[in-house]
Amino acid sequence: MAQEITLTVNGATRTNQVEPRLLLADYLRSVLDLTGTHVGCDTSNCGACTVSLNGDAVKSCTVFAVQADGADVTTLEGLASDDGTLHPIQEGFWEKHGLQCGFCTPGMIMSSLDLLSKNPNPTEAEIREGLSGNLCRCTGYHNIVLAVQFAAEKMNSGS
Amino acid sequence: MATTRDYEPNVVLSNQDYNVVGTRPLRPDGADKVTGRALYGADFAAAGLLSGSVLRSPHAHARIKSIDTSKAEALDGVRAVVTSADFPQGGEGPVVWQRDNVLASDKALYRGHAIAAVAAASPHIAEEAVSLIDVDYEVLTPVTDVQSSMKGDAPILHDSLMTDELGEKADKASNVASHFQHVKGDVKAGFKEADVVIEREFTTKTVHQGYIEPQAATALWNNDGRLHIWCSTQGSFAARDACAKILDIPVSQIRVVPLEIGGGFGGKIDVYLEPVAALLSKKTGTPVKLVMSRADVLQGTGPTPGSYAKIKIGAKKDGTITAAHAYLAMEAGAYPGSPVGAGAMCVLAPYDLENALVDGYDVVVNKPKTAAYRAPGAPNAAFAGEQVIDEVAKAIGMDPIDFRMKNAAKEGTRQVHGPTFPRVGYEEVLEAMKSHPHYNAPLDGPNQGRGVAVGFWFNIGFDSACNIAVNADGTVTLQEGSTDIGGTRASIAMQAAEVLTLPYEKVHPTVVDTDTIGFTAVTGGSRTTFATGWAAYEAAQDVRTKMIDRAAQIWEVDADTVELEDAVFKSKSDPELSMTFAELAGQLGRSGGGITGTAAVSPSGVGGAFAGNIVDVEVDPETGKTEILRFTVVQDAGKAIHPSYVEGQMQGGAVQGIGWALNEEYYMSDSGTMDNVSLLDYRMPTSLDLPMIDTVIVEVANPGHPYGVRGVGEAPIIPPTPAIANAIENAIGTRLFALPMNPAAVAKAVMDK
Ligand code: FES
Ligand code: FES
Repeated sequence: MAQEITLTVNGATRTNQVEPRLLLADYLRSVLDLTGTHVGCDTSNCGACTVSLNGDAVKSCTVFAVQADGADVTTLEGLASDDGTLHPIQEGFWEKHGLQCGFCTPGMIMSSLDLLSKNPNPTEAEIREGLSGNLCRCTGYHNIVLAVQFAAEKMNSGS
Repeated sequence: MATTRDYEPNVVLSNQDYNVVGTRPLRPDGADKVTGRALYGADFAAAGLLSGSVLRSPHAHARIKSIDTSKAEALDGVRAVVTSADFPQGGEGPVVWQRDNVLASDKALYRGHAIAAVAAASPHIAEEAVSLIDVDYEVLTPVTDVQSSMKGDAPILHDSLMTDELGEKADKASNVASHFQHVKGDVKAGFKEADVVIEREFTTKTVHQGYIEPQAATALWNNDGRLHIWCSTQGSFAARDACAKILDIPVSQIRVVPLEIGGGFGGKIDVYLEPVAALLSKKTGTPVKLVMSRADVLQGTGPTPGSYAKIKIGAKKDGTITAAHAYLAMEAGAYPGSPVGAGAMCVLAPYDLENALVDGYDVVVNKPKTAAYRAPGAPNAAFAGEQVIDEVAKAIGMDPIDFRMKNAAKEGTRQVHGPTFPRVGYEEVLEAMKSHPHYNAPLDGPNQGRGVAVGFWFNIGFDSACNIAVNADGTVTLQEGSTDIGGTRASIAMQAAEVLTLPYEKVHPTVVDTDTIGFTAVTGGSRTTFATGWAAYEAAQDVRTKMIDRAAQIWEVDADTVELEDAVFKSKSDPELSMTFAELAGQLGRSGGGITGTAAVSPSGVGGAFAGNIVDVEVDPETGKTEILRFTVVQDAGKAIHPSYVEGQMQGGAVQGIGWALNEEYYMSDSGTMDNVSLLDYRMPTSLDLPMIDTVIVEVANPGHPYGVRGVGEAPIIPPTPAIANAIENAIGTRLFALPMNPAAVAKAVMDK
């Protein structure tokens, strides 16, 4: 039953035998112990499980691990530089208090990454649009918008 | 879509300056939470871990005739199956209700009620095994709303439940668990004096806390008899004590290790999975993990009640309220214990009333047992009360803020349920609302309306403990028992830093397990920064005193002559004698040993909090869709220890209130089951539904706390539903009396006008 998959996760090549019904979210969490990818709803609504798949944000609870065979996956754990320096988006969420419980944060950061890679200078409305697939129940999104604005500025100034 | 507007910068109306208190440092758990390293409930792993799955009732009301687990037990990979028969039996009342809610015994009382559970080698096997459990149900007629459940001919949930009618037990089974009253003055006479009397009825639907992290728990019943539980909880001691009761073992036999918690809002106080995981571990001798799905969360954990309210308020033409009567009935869910008691304490609290009467009814229905949800009971009550206040103000031609000011509760006002207010900041909140640019800005379009409303939450004290140890490098570690949901590691550490005159970065807070710290009550009731902050203050005082004593001993001077200022110890008598905190810390080992401080407190000086909202809406009269154009929250925090986290509470609470006002509800089918069991259909606000949320923190110090803290978490969810209702009324010229005010309801109101 199990199928072999080989994919790149956070820069490292991984080969595993997985059952076809295993979700990418569960593969990352249970097989690779990358528990920074959270599961909040299992129906593709909350966005807590968002990861980058070949450069696009996807909800990893809606992708089977076997579908990611050959793909390049980045999770929140792979976002900081090799020397540990935080990505400006990570910094923004910390600096601007863009989290309370922090459970939505991995998905919010990965969706923000997708947004800012496609639109480096988003307006408030575009940020809200870009994050509309990610639910946060704690913050009311106010400080999340500020966190993304902080990150955009920092990324644009190249520092 | 939300329009872009330059929002007012958040305002803090501060009254006192400190070094650390009132600043906005970064959270100590930030690194873990922005890198994915933080471990939440479902992230816990252990060698030999088994996966569990829970069988839940498909019926809203059914007698359980028998449960056959043999097929499930026979499945390859299954290690244990448990039902309520595996719990110690006996007892009566609340302990039985609590146990039956965790695993149903004779009756399933709501769809999603847990019936049995399996531990297996993998989640997939556990799920398969659960589907092999045969339950023979006798399906009964359900009753799922408060008004139907109160009727004489309603199906009865509990044969042994008799109404507690104003302290007297009735002799016939009923779904009304209790009826209580708070009385002040003479309402009949009061209404006679009034020039205007308005009476209205209101209903609200069941809504859920909606924390994004589903419940998760792992238990290991170790070979030495000790039970270890790793879970996501608002209160590790509350979880420990509940498990001890249900499992009938001493509290000391249990250690609860709190993991990071992905939101709670009151919903992660009660235990659901923990005792079940414990049973499964006991049977298997191995750790067992249980994780809920979102459908489990919505159907099997405590929502906040649907409710019915009737409010009558009378006033004179000059704006004096002469009498008020609030009748509140709230759904408890499957077992007694709705938040109607709290609602009854809050509904009329903002008003200084001579004559008032509050009737409260606690009513069981075939829905999950309600749990706390941010100021439980108060938003339901305020949706009703604050709309009638608005209507009365209109009827006598007064500005709604002026009308509230004229009748404002203040220090010395006796509340309807008895206690007299100490110093509260309600008038200051009203003043800040009245003078806010938002209140005075013009609306710019048809179908727009502005509404205001206020809310009160009493906040709580209860037990908290804190340990502090001095490190040789001049930093201190701080241990606390309060789980940190929204930044309390920071707000607690800051209070210790203030006492020790250390920079915030020198205090390292850790949330520890129940074996490591004294009893600490839940992170709830807006108590954590208040009470655990107070414990940190006291523990830091303990350290400070001991450090001063040590300096005095080293210098051979009297301790009275030593003072600590800006992290430097100085002798008042000899200016030569001076030593930094770090220098002294480095000498502790050589001068008599290390220094630790500890405190366990149960502070009584709780300060209630008032919040107010100003909201602008635009209603599309065709579709009935309401857009929030602008939203301002004003709240008395007493003292904002960390203003950003206070603002965060105000913003988050406001947005939960907006969701409650406009969208959220349990859709119940005729068979008593919830139809919208996903986050697609249970629709919570997204970033697109909202504008920036402006905040004004008012600081009227609570005299009962060393820094004046009141507690901020809950009050902000109270005013949004009535403020939005009042705004909609101003936009479309007609009032809505039921929540949610979704597009269909608003469109209908426009049509019926
Ligand atoms: S867990 Fe994938 S979207 Fe919620
Ligand atoms: S910070 Fe808690 S869900 Fe977003």
